[in-house]
Amino acid sequence: MPEDPDSELVSRVRAGDEGAFAELAGKYQGSMLSIARGYVPSGAVAEEVVQEAWIGVLRGIGRFERRSSFRTWLFRILVNRAISAGVRERRSVPVEDMGPVVDASCFDAGGTWQVPPEAWADRVDDKVIAAKISARILSAIDELPQQQREVVTLRDVQGLSSAEVCAALDISNANQRVLLHRGRSKLRQVIGSEFGRVR
Amino acid sequence: MSRLRFRPRRDVVCREAVELVTDYLEDALSQARRRRFEAHLVHCPDCPEYLAQMRAIVALAGSITPDDLTPRMRQQFISVYSRWRDDEAHDPV
Repeated sequence: MPEDPDSELVSRVRAGDEGAFAELAGKYQGSMLSIARGYVPSGAVAEEVVQEAWIGVLRGIGRFERRSSFRTWLFRILVNRAISAGVRERRSVPVEDMGPVVDASCFDAGGTWQVPPEAWADRVDDKVIAAKISARILSAIDELPQQQREVVTLRDVQGLSSAEVCAALDISNANQRVLLHRGRSKLRQVIGSEFGRVR
Repeated sequence: MSRLRFRPRRDVVCREAVELVTDYLEDALSQARRRRFEAHLVHCPDCPEYLAQMRAIVALAGSITPDDLTPRMRQQFISVYSRWRDDEAHDPV
């Protein structure tokens, strides 16, 4: 297993360093809230769930054996809390969300682009444009369906490996890839149309 | 005839390529599919841009940095932590 990026902070929390706890909290709080909101009816309840998860983390941290990374363990605790607090059941990928990621009308009968994507990928390197787009991508992630939001948040925002994401969310690797694909594809659409505007 | 047994695989078309992008980036394609996907990119005028956009999305999401805790939130976390330390001291596991 690759080195746990939070290893040192975890040791400091165990040793009684409250600043290290605040640092961990700052690093993960936003993603935890975003994930918790997918399970519970309101932002206020999501905040409670996240708070409970942190208390669970503190209670368990002495026994945390580092068999997984800290962040995998943390999000596992969060999801378990959210499920027991939540009104929504975890489901597999909803059927209505299984269509093609690019509208069929963009391709001709042979499957070749007839409405090709407008080029913008190289403009992301422009700092001014990137700053505008970064603000939009966060809200676009929040608008994704729950499971896609979870996978994209953990994988792309927090930088977990696919194995860590599967363990945290208790999903198969194939399912993880489908969710990641659909989530990223939607973000591409949103950001693409944003580029149309920031010309 | 060998041609019957070793039918040449159909080339990947754009409509399929866009569905393979994530598996490609995740290194989850079989060698044969990977080769066909890459062969498509070489001569397709548009799919390389699509792939670059998906890469850009991954990079943009990865560049989001968490907001700093507000001083009030930080104080809340410190007090959650202190309460836990007190509980542990009184009721060690």
